[in-house]
Amino acid sequence: MESGMKIRVLVAKPGLDSHDRGAKVVARALRDAGMEVIYTGLRQTPEQIVEAALQEDVDVLALSILSGAHMTLLPAITGLMEERGMSDVLVLAGGIIPKEDIPMLKECGIADVFGPGTTTDELVHYIRGKIESEAKNLE
Amino acid sequence: MTHAEKLIRNMLKGDKRATARLLSIVENGLPQAQEAISLLYPHTGNAHIVGITGPSGVGKSTLVEKLVGEIRKKDQTVGIVAVDPTSPFSGGAFLGDRIRMQSLSTDQGVFIRSMASRGNPGGVARATKDAVKILDAAGMDFVIVETVGAGQSEVEVMRIAEVVVVILAPGLGDEIQALKAGQMEIGDIFVVNKSDIESADRVVVDLKSTLAMKTTKDGWRPEVVKTIATTGAGVDELMEKILEHKEYVESTGSEKTRRRRVQNEIESILREKAAEHVMRLLEETIQFNEIVEAVGALKKDPYTAVDELLLNVTAKPKKEGEA
Repeated sequence: MESGMKIRVLVAKPGLDSHDRGAKVVARALRDAGMEVIYTGLRQTPEQIVEAALQEDVDVLALSILSGAHMTLLPAITGLMEERGMSDVLVLAGGIIPKEDIPMLKECGIADVFGPGTTTDELVHYIRGKIESEAKNLE
Repeated sequence: MTHAEKLIRNMLKGDKRATARLLSIVENGLPQAQEAISLLYPHTGNAHIVGITGPSGVGKSTLVEKLVGEIRKKDQTVGIVAVDPTSPFSGGAFLGDRIRMQSLSTDQGVFIRSMASRGNPGGVARATKDAVKILDAAGMDFVIVETVGAGQSEVEVMRIAEVVVVILAPGLGDEIQALKAGQMEIGDIFVVNKSDIESADRVVVDLKSTLAMKTTKDGWRPEVVKTIATTGAGVDELMEKILEHKEYVESTGSEKTRRRRVQNEIESILREKAAEHVMRLLEETIQFNEIVEAVGALKKDPYTAVDELLLNVTAKPKKEGEA
């Protein structure tokens, strides 16, 4: 069936690093799992990312960051999302993020952090689980 | 107040999130979709709807970014529906048109929505025409529909757009020939993009000679414009041609074209709903399975089978509660 709900995901790269191999692998894997993946390209500001997530009405925002600026950029993104009433969007982070930073990021509204070694299957499974249980809660 | 009513009220106040939600509702064919369209329909009719089509890789998205820049110079607002293909295998899609439109991403006068084709064969998604209505009702002065990288038969955009811009590029070789039927017939304006490539002039000549042989559409002779989307060269001329075409259509009976578009749309919705309705009625009959078996056993041909089924369905008295 071609109709009905599809999980929509925005894959975005905040900040100044230009390594998007990981983001592209994730985008490809999610596409192959039947999701609609929007990729915005490199070097995005928090404002650009949040505006895109809003216009595209995504279920999931997947942020890839390797520059080390995650403690600044990720809370800026979740902050803007809260301002615009988008707290229901599932926000995930991946890339190079030290373990000790994760609790703080989770406090800021990042649902989970996926580091190197995560398989794409794990990620697909995680997203499906979260979105489906959310859909059930709405019913 | 229903959910759809609330969303439309907020959208009309300028709430972009409401617009985005409404787009999802029609895209997913949710139960509120029809109610939403019927409520916002009176607010449509203000936007100028521009269709952008052409083979993949000719620079459609890049050109759209520059064209929107031109429109924004005139202080007018733009909605964009950018369609990319859905995978026939996974049902997923990679929607990458935004990558080429980064300069527009925080412009409050621009709303970009990526849309997967979801198996619709015409170069746009099934919900694209309703998405255009939503952006129109949201108050956009222009709505641009960018099709999937399209070939000869992806011509559905002409039923949605008021002006169709077909984009080509040098190096497509025989594709110009191949495009003679289908896409070559739907273009009101033709763009030869990447015109800094040496062979571009050749393409322009070929194109003009092909177009010269054509009878014109509603008296409008299709124009050819050269552009370089990456630098923006020629985009101002493209904008001029779009406005010229708009004026031309308005001065020569836009009512007639509009009526034709509306009639087309009603017919296509009618076909869809009639088929759904008949299928629903048939599901309740046991006759359907019997006929399938009879055709399978070569006792009946499929055309006779369908005639019999239709006769049966139309003769059947309506039960209570049926739409």
